[in-house]
Amino acid sequence: MIKTFDVVIVGAGGAGLRAAVEIPKEYSCAVISKVFPPRSHTGTAQGGVCAALGNMEEDSWENHAFDTVKGSDYLGDQDSIDVMCQDAIRAIIELEHMGMPFSRNEKGQIAQRKFGGHTKPADKNDPYTKRVPVMRSCYSADRTGHVMLQTLFENSIKNQVTFFSEYFATDLIVEDGVCKGVVAMDIATSEITVFQAKAVLFATGGYGRVFRITSNAHAGTGDGMALVYRAGLPLEDMEFFQFHPTGLWKLGILVSEAARGEGGILKNKDGERFMERYAPTVKDLAPRDMVSRAIITEIREGRGVKGSDGTDYVYLDLTHLGKEVIDEKLPEITGFARTYLGVEPTTDPIPIQPTAHYAMGGIPTNVDCEVLKNEKGDIVKGLYAAGECACVSVHGGNRLGTNSLLDLVVFGRRGGKAIADFLKDAKFHEISESAADRTRNVIESIMENKGTEKISNLRTELQNNMMELCGIFRNEQDLRRMIEILRDLRERAKNVFLQDKGRVFNTELIGALELHNLLDTAEATVFSAYARQESRGAHTREDFTSRNDAEWMKHSFAFMKDGGVPELKYKPVTITRYQPMERKY
Amino acid sequence: MDVQLKILRYNPEKDTEPYFQDFTVKGVSNDWRLLDVLQEIKWQQDGTLTFRYSCAHGICGSDGMKVNGKNRLACSLLLKDINTKKTIVVEPLPSLPIIKDLVVDMTSFFSKYEVVKPYLINATPPPQNGERLQSNEDAEKLFESAKCILCACCTTSCPSTWTNENYLGPAAMLKAYRFVYDTRDDAANERLDILDTPDGIWRCHTIFNCIEACPKEINLTWHFSQLKKRISSREM
Repeated sequence: MIKTFDVVIVGAGGAGLRAAVEIPKEYSCAVISKVFPPRSHTGTAQGGVCAALGNMEEDSWENHAFDTVKGSDYLGDQDSIDVMCQDAIRAIIELEHMGMPFSRNEKGQIAQRKFGGHTKPADKNDPYTKRVPVMRSCYSADRTGHVMLQTLFENSIKNQVTFFSEYFATDLIVEDGVCKGVVAMDIATSEITVFQAKAVLFATGGYGRVFRITSNAHAGTGDGMALVYRAGLPLEDMEFFQFHPTGLWKLGILVSEAARGEGGILKNKDGERFMERYAPTVKDLAPRDMVSRAIITEIREGRGVKGSDGTDYVYLDLTHLGKEVIDEKLPEITGFARTYLGVEPTTDPIPIQPTAHYAMGGIPTNVDCEVLKNEKGDIVKGLYAAGECACVSVHGGNRLGTNSLLDLVVFGRRGGKAIADFLKDAKFHEISESAADRTRNVIESIMENKGTEKISNLRTELQNNMMELCGIFRNEQDLRRMIEILRDLRERAKNVFLQDKGRVFNTELIGALELHNLLDTAEATVFSAYARQESRGAHTREDFTSRNDAEWMKHSFAFMKDGGVPELKYKPVTITRYQPMERKY
Repeated sequence: MDVQLKILRYNPEKDTEPYFQDFTVKGVSNDWRLLDVLQEIKWQQDGTLTFRYSCAHGICGSDGMKVNGKNRLACSLLLKDINTKKTIVVEPLPSLPIIKDLVVDMTSFFSKYEVVKPYLINATPPPQNGERLQSNEDAEKLFESAKCILCACCTTSCPSTWTNENYLGPAAMLKAYRFVYDTRDDAANERLDILDTPDGIWRCHTIFNCIEACPKEINLTWHFSQLKKRISSREM
């Protein structure tokens, strides 16, 4: 079946919905999503979304931009960061106008609180030497992502957006540098549809499920990134994967940085506030890469607590905040601690460990969300990407907390605007039913395979090994091993066996397709990590412990090649105002 | 420890009607989520067992199902909170058509949600350079209703829904509350008109099933009493 729309948006989280709302009524627009839109992973974001509104204290978008550049360990493109931080103020006010319920200050404005890595100069005449935490994160208790997603879903209903919910995208049709559409499968019936479109926007989210301990939903399997990668297009900076310092022990469920923004403290088994040794000025509110490394260092040096499952954790102590603050400002995350660990956060510290959280890398785009086909910056006509699946790059080597939600609304809107502009004189490209052949062949081969491998076993092996060998600390030997393991897993993935041979809601088949996507995103990640011989942001090499600006101020572009070894090319970082400095907090 | 389950199965390609199938899962501990148990079955025993899930911690609202007669999210229910000495009975959410096993057709649920105009309506243009002001007290009046994750546990637990498929149901009416009581919204009366109809809020007979079923511990019935009071006190 062929369906035709001016625009097809793949993914219905924050970026996809924000883009959909922006498409003018005169164009037909379809949003494809493998889950119902309000089930998207945006909803799990907790702590807030930053914008220098200055509602609580003086602040400026330039402060926000500098923090984002420094937080990115100078890998973020400074022109893109300026766009995001400057537009943040308008974007947040716009969300409020759309109806998003925010917590408020005593003047009735949007309330703001502190968040990791968000600072302002202690002394205006010396802006960079000493910076202190600033209240910049706009929030709605600790359900900011949830109410943002709800608000955008509500506005898409108001705008009568056409949804194809529980459709799983299987292929991207790009020929001669032009995007012609996507192929997707209706999960309920297994029917395959070719979506012909003048413009396609990917807003498919991250791939945290490539790691064993992750805050990401099961849906976070890198589908959009893998489709782009398999279409011969590059993936950028895939070695930069953020581990959030405070995941609930064993489960990886996110415990928002807002807990530390409100005054929560990390402690080791001796009860020591260890962040004082790693970041003397901002302490527990240091950026995530630094705090995660600090926690693992504490554990490696014997100051962690041994858990019943053999893994180690440290404590997040909120007890001194008092019941009122905890109940009012942090109800959701303290509820998780009670439900899943049986810990009462008002009286006992919460066991936490770092959890795989966010992909800084992804589908390379320019500031108008146009997808790049190479490291020179040439674009694929008609193809756009926004949100976590994209790499603009505003997060560089390490994303600051709250900047993910901001990225969604700023670049979701910009993508929508760019598409509306593009449609003024865009045409449909010829596309035939045979565009679905590749999808049909893949599905047929999976369904008819008489192999012996279980999808879940391969996925678990991938997740365990990625965690051990390509996690917070990396080295050449481990990465080499991971490359070998990946090769083995890829071979075995050709040999999976499905018990479910039906066409109705075959989630086992979806699991097999997602496994391929995880393997592809893992490949780009591991090879990019192997090549980058330095430590920067979230990419920490034990064998190359310092940042190497002379050789590595550049973005990795990984291109899939036959034989399982991607080709790596590099694009220089855009520097405008801020020359790289030592990153101390 | 081991747990026994009885799960309602239905595959429209093979079965004429739903039936229960027994499963045993060995080596579980009481801090497992029910979702972990179901995944263990799907991933190690029977790949055909079908259910929705995503975030696995009670935010996305995908895995609502009936467990021992009560609507629950499988990811928010731990084995220690179930009597595991007895067989755990797992069924799809009641009153919605079954697509396959524990997966139900949510179409009618979402169309009722759309009926209450679930979006901010305000004809006055917002301030040019700032937010619409709202006191924190007024904002917090919305927070409990805004917690709703649209999992459908409440609506499908309601006997009024079972007997009248056109009844708006708790989830849609809670969304109406969220906007009726938003100081930034102009369309309270429009929504109250929608609620004040034969298939609207008066079909809520204060049975409290919705509160019992809500995984976010929202006091739905209290919200509906406020709406009823407001409808009753409107000028004729």
